[in-house]
Amino acid sequence: MPLLDERSDLLEIKGLTKGFPGVQALDQVDFTLYAGEIHGLLGENGAGKSTLIKVLTGVFKRDGGTIRLDGLDIEARDPADALALGIGTVYQEVNLLPNLSVAENLFIGRQPHRFGLVRTGEMRRRAAEILTAYGLDINVADPLGSFSVAVQQIVAIARAVDLSAKVLILDEPTASLDAQEVETLFRILRDLKTQGIGIVFVTHFLDQVYAVCDRITVLRNGRLVGSRPTSALPRIELVSMMLGRELAEEALHRNQRPAVTGNPVVSFKDYGRRRLVEPFNLEVRPGEVVGLAGLLGSGRTETAKLVFGIEKAETGQAFVDGKPVRIASPRDASRLKFGFTPEDRKTEGIVAELSIRENIILALQAQRGWLHLLPRRKQEEIANRFIKLLDIRTPDAEKPIGLLSGGNQQKALLARWLATEPRFLILDEPTRGIDVGAHAEIIRLIERLCEDGLALLVISSELEEIASYSDRVVVLRDRKHVRELSGAEVSANTIMTTIASHQ
Amino acid sequence: MRRHLPVLITLAVFIAGYLICLAQFPSFASTRVIGNLLTDNAFLGIVAVGMTFVILSGGIDLSVGSVIAFTGVFLAVTIEQHGLNTYVAFVLILGLAALFGAAMGFLIHTFQIPAFIVTLAGMFLARGLCFVLTTDSIPINAPAYGQITDIAFSLPGGGRLTFIALTMLVVVAIGVVLAHFTRFGANVYALGGNRTSAELMGVPVGKTTVRIYMLSSFLAALAGIVFSFYTSAGYSLAATGVELDTIAAVVIGGTLLTGGSGTIIGTLVGVLIQGLIQTYITFEGTLSSWWTKIAIGALLFAFIVLQRGLSAASIRTR
Repeated sequence: MPLLDERSDLLEIKGLTKGFPGVQALDQVDFTLYAGEIHGLLGENGAGKSTLIKVLTGVFKRDGGTIRLDGLDIEARDPADALALGIGTVYQEVNLLPNLSVAENLFIGRQPHRFGLVRTGEMRRRAAEILTAYGLDINVADPLGSFSVAVQQIVAIARAVDLSAKVLILDEPTASLDAQEVETLFRILRDLKTQGIGIVFVTHFLDQVYAVCDRITVLRNGRLVGSRPTSALPRIELVSMMLGRELAEEALHRNQRPAVTGNPVVSFKDYGRRRLVEPFNLEVRPGEVVGLAGLLGSGRTETAKLVFGIEKAETGQAFVDGKPVRIASPRDASRLKFGFTPEDRKTEGIVAELSIRENIILALQAQRGWLHLLPRRKQEEIANRFIKLLDIRTPDAEKPIGLLSGGNQQKALLARWLATEPRFLILDEPTRGIDVGAHAEIIRLIERLCEDGLALLVISSELEEIASYSDRVVVLRDRKHVRELSGAEVSANTIMTTIASHQ
Repeated sequence: MRRHLPVLITLAVFIAGYLICLAQFPSFASTRVIGNLLTDNAFLGIVAVGMTFVILSGGIDLSVGSVIAFTGVFLAVTIEQHGLNTYVAFVLILGLAALFGAAMGFLIHTFQIPAFIVTLAGMFLARGLCFVLTTDSIPINAPAYGQITDIAFSLPGGGRLTFIALTMLVVVAIGVVLAHFTRFGANVYALGGNRTSAELMGVPVGKTTVRIYMLSSFLAALAGIVFSFYTSAGYSLAATGVELDTIAAVVIGGTLLTGGSGTIIGTLVGVLIQGLIQTYITFEGTLSSWWTKIAIGALLFAFIVLQRGLSAASIRTR
């Protein structure tokens, strides 16, 4: 066998399979990690990244396949066991104990002790020593929770490495760090790399992937798309691997519509919030659909949350009909006749136990205040009108909404806001997890609403789809609105190349 | 500094309270009053040390009052009716209580039942067992009782530091060492901080939970022994509601009810604040003793609001 590389395989995963009821989360996935490399693991929602990590760290049991660490077959029972085997994981939300001191966090369970008493001085001295190697000069006697997330993550990394981790998994470690903190983290990762530790780096930030990763593995829909050295993988190819489409002739030709004119219903100037989305300008006119496109974590949902007041903006000003308004809460937004159907229908959208009728009148009732109860007859009339109008498939309005299919739930959520007669509607991934037939119906519905003069802001990962109904598309990358496409520019190809381009 | 703020506030409240008492009744400065303060609240102090560990771990122990009552009844019945040696009876009840606590801890951990429910059941069980043994109040006349209560060190100024008070202070000292200088202590704080994280970091969650409740019940039985010195009797209805006084003392002492933060010393001061209010009302003479409860209620409320404010402030500065 020819020697291709000096490097040795540290972690070798072959044919890993894991299924959940109704989903094949991992399907025959292979993954190899060398000692002393930083390996980016990428993929969009549902690609199987988190399942892969959870199987690796013993949170889930695998259905099939082998995991070899240093040439030995392993199967971790739980994360603590995985760490004992040499696989340490650092999550975005640090899993340490904020109420204990930094030193205790580093040493819990293995504190130096004599006569049954912990030698606190010795423990602190050693903790400070460990952290100095990471360039961290802090008082290790202070509670961990009094430090920034960045410091907490470094402590978590130091702990894992000190517990003899050979493989270090970082699950979106940079999501809540600022640029300088990211740089510090990268310096540490490069340093650990030279010590022969294999690092798996999960992130959505393409710039960071190219800044620090030696190789990249892309998963999509639970399958391996490919593993390549970073230097041999141009951005556009990476994006196309992640999104699962080639740069090709437009499959779907958009009906060219005349550009929408008129005064914007809503506009936002320099609207932003630190660590969420950089300040952006956005305006939507009546009868216009503006699409928000970008990879997962690029700031699409965050933009929607700012616009709807779920997160408060720190900078900028919002205007409705040209007049400045304050949107500090969803209540404010709803009063301004905004509507919002969230990405996560199950936990943020529907109230599963309540009936379709109750779900549909929810927003309208909230607007009226609880003292002005909608008469039951009126409630039924509204519910039945929308069930018919949007073609919600249900025997009657009293069925609990949790029993409906995804597409019908989505329509009911739309009905909830349409009942309030909104002027501006934000739809976050309106077609996710919906079968093909209902998918087309939702898109037709969006187009119909637009013709009725509603202003729409739609987020979607499906590039063809978003290109087909949007008048304009705002492309986001790394928490920034990078470019606005309009007219003939609106196509899946341009969106993709914009996502992949940098600076 | 911020970490010690709750306990410093508790201390400040105690000192302020003491100065108010002193201004009104100069005899508060006497060692006699101070000695009595320690002796009279010794049982509460002992049981509160155990409760502090429980609350630090994010749990609660509602059974301690019943365990105190059961201890009294058990001692009275075994010593007076069955002629058991007093010290053997002490060892027996301490062992029994430890087993009882261990069983509760085991149930809480194994079946993931809220501590509130398990110890509520324990509370009814222990109280019920008292009535199984006897429904009467049985006096304890064993000579050992007189001997132990008589042990005391004279303090300058006519006060006495009794053996009972000393026992409490020793329990507090052991509690301090256990909480702050052992792995067990760190594990208790870890559990209260975040149970899932603690488990992921390899903290022996089950073993620690069992030991925490074992310690609490053991100390409740010790408090029960001390309590029987005051009353020289065992009575099934004794010490009702003591679990709530104990929880109040722990919280006033600066321990977070949600767990993870607090000190044993703070608990001692919390107990002394309760004792101080009681003593003041006794000195005052015209106030009903129910005013103690009202004062405790107001203090408790103030402290919980204060803790909320402090934790909110610490999140903001992060």
